[in-house]
Amino acid sequence: MSSGEQQAITDRSIPRPKKVVITGISGRFGHIVARRLHHDLGWSIVGLDRRPMSGRPKDIEHHQVDLRSKKARDMFRQGDVDALVHLGVMHDPRARPAELYSWNITGTTKLLEYCSAYRVPKVVLLSSANVYGPRPDNPQFLTEEAPLLAAQRFPQMRDLVEIDHLVSTFLWRARETETVILRPVHIVGPMHNAPSNYLRIDRPPTLLGFDPMVQLVHAEDVAEAIAMALQPNRRGIYNITGPGEVPLSAVLKELGREPRSIPHPMARPILGLAFRLGFSSFPVAELDFIRYVCMVDGRRAAAELGFRPRFGLRETIHAVDDPV
Amino acid sequence: MLRAVGLIDRLRQLRTNTPADDIDGRTKALVVHGNEFGFDSFGMSKASLRRAIIVARWLYRHYFRAEAFGIEHLPPSGRMIVVSNHSGQLPFDGLVIASACFLEPPQPRMVRAMVEFFVPTVPFASYLFSRWGQITGTPENCRRLLSAEEAVLVFPEGARGISKPFSKRYQLAEFGKGFMRLALETGSPIVPVAVIGAEEQAPAINVKPLARLLKTPAFPVVPYPPFIAPVPLPVKYRLHFGEPMHFTGDADDDDEILDEKVKQVRNRIQSMIHVGLREREHVFW
Repeated sequence: MSSGEQQAITDRSIPRPKKVVITGISGRFGHIVARRLHHDLGWSIVGLDRRPMSGRPKDIEHHQVDLRSKKARDMFRQGDVDALVHLGVMHDPRARPAELYSWNITGTTKLLEYCSAYRVPKVVLLSSANVYGPRPDNPQFLTEEAPLLAAQRFPQMRDLVEIDHLVSTFLWRARETETVILRPVHIVGPMHNAPSNYLRIDRPPTLLGFDPMVQLVHAEDVAEAIAMALQPNRRGIYNITGPGEVPLSAVLKELGREPRSIPHPMARPILGLAFRLGFSSFPVAELDFIRYVCMVDGRRAAAELGFRPRFGLRETIHAVDDPV
Repeated sequence: MLRAVGLIDRLRQLRTNTPADDIDGRTKALVVHGNEFGFDSFGMSKASLRRAIIVARWLYRHYFRAEAFGIEHLPPSGRMIVVSNHSGQLPFDGLVIASACFLEPPQPRMVRAMVEFFVPTVPFASYLFSRWGQITGTPENCRRLLSAEEAVLVFPEGARGISKPFSKRYQLAEFGKGFMRLALETGSPIVPVAVIGAEEQAPAINVKPLARLLKTPAFPVVPYPPFIAPVPLPVKYRLHFGEPMHFTGDADDDDEILDEKVKQVRNRIQSMIHVGLREREHVFW
């Protein structure tokens, strides 16, 4: 980085609180991140989400807009945005695939366009370790260099993989912006993502004869990783891991759940039917996550970001039952 | 008749000569980097391992009546690659080597073998193998274990070795080079092991047309029902552990330079096999 750019960043940070645009702020995880950045670190927050933000503190700015719209561009136009935190990747398995694709890919492309047009010095994408894909021939721990193969067996992951690729291209192309891609393992907490929802089921289905090792990370720890990524001079792709690895069965036992084992040839049709009838919110392809290993190596984030999970294994597992 | 008496005597001897292994004590003494739930990062747990060892010990002591020579060559700690010949249609040689490293030396060692990529797709095997410390055979996994000062078991002959027909017994197939690259990269010593006995556990004939048809390196058939060798014959296993071999050099060297080193290991194992065969009194006892 040249000294001029360094100057620009420090100039911006001294007179007024830094301003961060957070997409997807209306979700539970968005709240956690906003609270961490706003309350603890004093950032001024601009939320972008097409959903309304409930329980919003007065000093958090929120705009209910579509990322692809002109209004979203206006947020950046003044050129006073210090960072973008992109959490707004839509996962809704019930949404129409075409709409999902357009929202995710076009939305992200537009955001990156605004960032380079209005010289936003920092972009943080919350991707996921799931982009590597659960596969029988995975090494036990995937590094950041591993190919993103999730979409091969799992078309629903296509969007996330493509967003990750879009932002990593941006990382190399837009050198005046520091881009950080975080690929956390299964985030658990008082939120509505697939792993937390699954772990909250009293009698969750498991696959007979399969018990992969899993990694979980506390939502608060991921918020901390985002805060660390926002610090200057951090750029790159980082796997974010929690306090350790445990078999899925040990997690369910710790939570006092009573898993129902289904032979895997039957699980697909059963879950497919349940999904179509609306009894389950888990797409069939997600079964691979309770069948094969998809674990990552978090040593780079520890070495370069200085990230260490604050929560222990038991605390992290029990975070799914935390009150909101 | 004479034979039968001899057999009964031998069985009686076996009963009195079998050492009483302190499995609980040895399991406790085993170095496992477990977390608060008792699992290491590859999914191994001492509790599951203990149960598996009870079965493995029975096979080792009673079924195969294995004898281990030169176990003092096994380093008591630190990274190492155990390299052995592979034979017998069924991977009992891996089990016997791992049992020997656990049961015989003063300090038990966990030697982790590599399983084929299809294993994680098989129900029960998928997680049981990992509970027992076996790992999916990728170089990344080996590298990680070796840097954590663990021991890895490699059969450089791979499938070519285990499926070789009876006519090729105790002739080493071509060695892969991966283990040597790993040894050079991680600075791990190589402990050569010769396994005598496994070749006769399932004497097989290679049905070449079927192998060609199925595109497998060999299609071994045993000349007795049920013809596919699911149960090994109760042969006697003899393991010969050699002195650790140290290599230095660049892991990314050309194949020819690497070949020299691989050949040294292969020759060492081959000559240990020759000596072992000469000293062997009988296939079954």
